[in-house]
Amino acid sequence: MQIIFNLADGEIITTKAEEGSNVMRAAVDNDVEGIYGDCGGQAACATCHVYVHPDWIDKVGRAEEGSVEESMLEGAPADVEENSRLACQIECNASLDGLVVIVPEGQ
Amino acid sequence: MSETAAKQDRVKQDGIAPINVSEPHLYRDDIWQPIFAKLRAEDPVHYVADSRSGPFWAVTKYEDIVRVDTDPKSFSSSYKLGGVTLDDRTTSQSFMQMDAPDHTVKRKAVTPIVAPKSLKQMEVLIRQRAANVLDDLPRNEEFNWVDDVSIELTSMMLATLFGHPLEERRQLVHWSEVLTADLEDPDSPISSEEERLAVMREFFMSMVGKWEKRKSEEPSHDIVSLLAHDPGMADASLEELTSTFGLFLVGGNDTTRNSMSGGVWGFAQSPDEWTKLTHNPKLLGNAVSEIIRFQTPVMYERRTATCDTEIGDKKIAKGDRVAMYYISGNQDESVFDEAEMLRIERSNARQHLSFGMGPHRCIGSRLAEMQLRVLWEEILARDLKIEVLEKPSYAFSNLVRSPVNLPVRIKG
Repeated sequence: MQIIFNLADGEIITTKAEEGSNVMRAAVDNDVEGIYGDCGGQAACATCHVYVHPDWIDKVGRAEEGSVEESMLEGAPADVEENSRLACQIECNASLDGLVVIVPEGQ
Repeated sequence: MSETAAKQDRVKQDGIAPINVSEPHLYRDDIWQPIFAKLRAEDPVHYVADSRSGPFWAVTKYEDIVRVDTDPKSFSSSYKLGGVTLDDRTTSQSFMQMDAPDHTVKRKAVTPIVAPKSLKQMEVLIRQRAANVLDDLPRNEEFNWVDDVSIELTSMMLATLFGHPLEERRQLVHWSEVLTADLEDPDSPISSEEERLAVMREFFMSMVGKWEKRKSEEPSHDIVSLLAHDPGMADASLEELTSTFGLFLVGGNDTTRNSMSGGVWGFAQSPDEWTKLTHNPKLLGNAVSEIIRFQTPVMYERRTATCDTEIGDKKIAKGDRVAMYYISGNQDESVFDEAEMLRIERSNARQHLSFGMGPHRCIGSRLAEMQLRVLWEEILARDLKIEVLEKPSYAFSNLVRSPVNLPVRIKG
């Protein structure tokens, strides 16, 4: 399956991802700039903040209220928006094939 | 008996109960390793009933540390409850000693200083300085790496961050050392809290002078200017202002400096790792994370429980002090193989705890990594052969793991 990253400078990176993996992993394995995944996917560092493309946000779902993810997003360097997620918390499954996410500027 | 065996022997003789990991001599004498290994194996959430700061819980396993660090609702950083050091420090009132929502807002206001754009601008300067410092080092002659390289480079960075005159950079180092000094340290630059306060006043007055000047100028990218133009700081108390300056002072001084020294010591113990890096410089990014794990410049952070809760199988009561021992989590054998050694190809090096986890994670992490990367790139470019002549000696501190003397010689 494919996950597509839109970078702040206009570059578009299409990555191949394994089902069962997560969007942060797809980015890190493909050297997508601006996504670090320092904590390895525990929602504990906010270095994989992405904006989910509006066409996809309902399918992906939003960060759960009161979750660690939500509190980490609030403190992330780029402003948190309605469609903000930590990429490590988005699991790759067949229904998300072709998912488009935007990497925030200045991350 | 080998040194390590002797250390282990010492730990075996005593039981678990009296272990007090807040004693600074454990870190000065570099004998903490077997003590934490024993705690991780037998009592990973360990109650220290009696310490000079009062009773506290020592959390020693990776997983438990992440659990505490990512649960700020149950484990507060607030200065009103004692802050982030074992000693209750109610006068340290920067955003580091606050909880959400104040912490979130105030922290965000200063993130531009370490944003990727600022970092790119700083990299040129940092590289130039690293090059100059390395070129000026003596050849075939013993010198102290800590003083001539680690302090030299980080103090220049501090001067830039604070917009302080470069030639007066060691003044910043002195202020930072006074701020973190342990009064029981025989080599402490101060001998009383009153003295600490007096020196801090001197630091603060210097900063206030800059503050007034920056306020009247266009915003620029030093930390004083950022704070002077931050509407959130307009009504900040004297304590908050002093503490915020202090936070950046210590954060920029006593952390990267220690990793700059620790890396040299790590490679000296594992020469094969150095050979690997010289053959494949692409490993440097991961090596930098590994050096930061290996060194763990800040050994713990404290939180205060806001409710009755649990960590592992221990019941924590509201109001208890909880210390997350990053230095132990970074050695956790269930997460890191051969944790006591520097292994630059370690697949999970990035997941070290040296920057903390959760919303209070180190704000300067990318700057720290960049400073280290540039230093090692310049060392590699010069093919410097650094020979460590003696193991490092460490500061008398239970908070920062700070090499004081690391005698080396560079073959020339």
